[in-house]
Amino acid sequence: MMDLKTALFYVFSAITVYAALRVITARNPVHAVLHLVLAFFTTGALWILLQAEFLAIALVMVYVGAVMVLFLFVVMMLDINIERLRKGFWNHLWLGGIIGALMVGEMIAVLSTKYFGLDSMPAQAVAADHSNTKELGRLLFTDYVYPFELASVVLLVAIIAAVVLTMRRRQGVRYLDPARQIAVNHRDRIRVVAMKPERDLPAGEGK
Amino acid sequence: MEAAVLQAFQAFWNLFGLWDPLWAVFKPVWPLIWVIVKIVVIMAPLLLGVAYLTYAERKVIGYMQVRIGPNRVGPLGLLQPIADGMKLFFKEIMVPAKSDGYLFLLAPVLAMAPALAVWSVVPFWDGGALANLDAGVLYYLALTSVGVYGVIIAGWSSNSKYPFLGGMRSAAQMVSYEVAMGMALIVVLMISNSLNLTDIVRVQDKGRFADMGLGFLSWNWIPLMPMFLVYLISGVAETNRAPFDVVEGESEIVAGHMVEYSGMSFAMFFLAEYANMILVAAMTSIFFLGGWLSPVGFLPDGIWWMLAKMSAVLFFFLWIRATFPRYRYDQIMRLGWKVFVPLCLVWIPVVGIWMMSPFNIWK
Repeated sequence: MMDLKTALFYVFSAITVYAALRVITARNPVHAVLHLVLAFFTTGALWILLQAEFLAIALVMVYVGAVMVLFLFVVMMLDINIERLRKGFWNHLWLGGIIGALMVGEMIAVLSTKYFGLDSMPAQAVAADHSNTKELGRLLFTDYVYPFELASVVLLVAIIAAVVLTMRRRQGVRYLDPARQIAVNHRDRIRVVAMKPERDLPAGEGK
Repeated sequence: MEAAVLQAFQAFWNLFGLWDPLWAVFKPVWPLIWVIVKIVVIMAPLLLGVAYLTYAERKVIGYMQVRIGPNRVGPLGLLQPIADGMKLFFKEIMVPAKSDGYLFLLAPVLAMAPALAVWSVVPFWDGGALANLDAGVLYYLALTSVGVYGVIIAGWSSNSKYPFLGGMRSAAQMVSYEVAMGMALIVVLMISNSLNLTDIVRVQDKGRFADMGLGFLSWNWIPLMPMFLVYLISGVAETNRAPFDVVEGESEIVAGHMVEYSGMSFAMFFLAEYANMILVAAMTSIFFLGGWLSPVGFLPDGIWWMLAKMSAVLFFFLWIRATFPRYRYDQIMRLGWKVFVPLCLVWIPVVGIWMMSPFNIWK
């Protein structure tokens, strides 16, 4: 009998493969995106089985929680003509098939042969109180601090580029500066004027 | 506690001489049973709390507006949430003809599940969490960000204009405020030196004022004041509560993503929203208000402090709902991106320098 971990691995892998297949076969793009989310989620579960809880949670947080939300956001707005999308399917099938076969071949080469030295990296037994998160943080900020900083600079450049590319100043927008709205004083808006009555009130009124 | 429960069971079944055969059957699955018991012990009060939070909301806002609030069903109207629940439970669930049927029914589940799942890492007292995760904060952030799917999918699958607008608004709003929320938490993580929620509370037990018996002055809310406010306000925005409730703004888009829902499917969104509110209150207590710690030295720590702090934060949520007018959508975005995010970005180095300076209070 397989142990629970192996059984869970097969369950999650089956769901991942199914979800990944549905991503490319679903007719509705929104369904495809949601299956991609499912694929990410189950991949996260697989990583948890490998005791890489930081990576798993980061995957869910970054991809499921942020990237795919924005992706879904965009896909939902698109008016997609499914007929037109599927028109070139048979013409491009051979190209896709070759690329797919290449990727599968590469993965087989890496995972199943000894040339890439996978067997020289045996699975390490970790203690129960071993904190993956702490270990990763320590490595990132000591041994790999320069690559890490470099990656963050690349990301910063991407952020600034995205802002610059989408920034545009529109004319004729009635935008109110909130700082000026808050700073406004009652004296700027109304003026209380003391003035004499236009005519004298008859006796007995106005009391 | 587990041993005590087991002993009680053993004593009970030994009266009939049945303990040994029973234990032989249940021993392999006992850990599972125990976890399920713990889940029930967390979930049942939570759902009851959700029900009575709706009652509290109506009462509190009622008194603030010089009304009485619900007072017909049961004494003081205390059975009102039960009556509401029964009504929603027995109503028919309508699925619009042109909607995406599966997703339409999946959306309330997707809203509800993360709102409940996060509770597994919340420590109610020292060690009183279902799972004492080392990456607890990350787990919390990851699952709250998953909660947005329920709203977006509801908006899209309804195939109707108002729900779609509501879904779009919520997607943008929740993603924006998650950024501010996460950044405010980075400061907490820096001084706590841990991602574990239990450790984050324990750190707040140390300090000059805690030694003097004035623990509440050592909690994170004073040294990290701006982040406390950023987190609290982002929490309100994240749960789509007034004054950030443009997602379901009644005056513009009726009820946003919930327009087409009825009966229990509607109630699920409602439950999720209130469970999230209680969650944000719990997290605010843990990150900034010292969790289960007692405010003064001569009173014992315990779960009652946690519950009292959560209630205070929840009251604050109800209070601002009764007080403030709704934000305009562009102002919500401005507050999140142009005020909170820069404030956090400045505050992270400020606290970093503070920690490196001789005035560091978190050693």
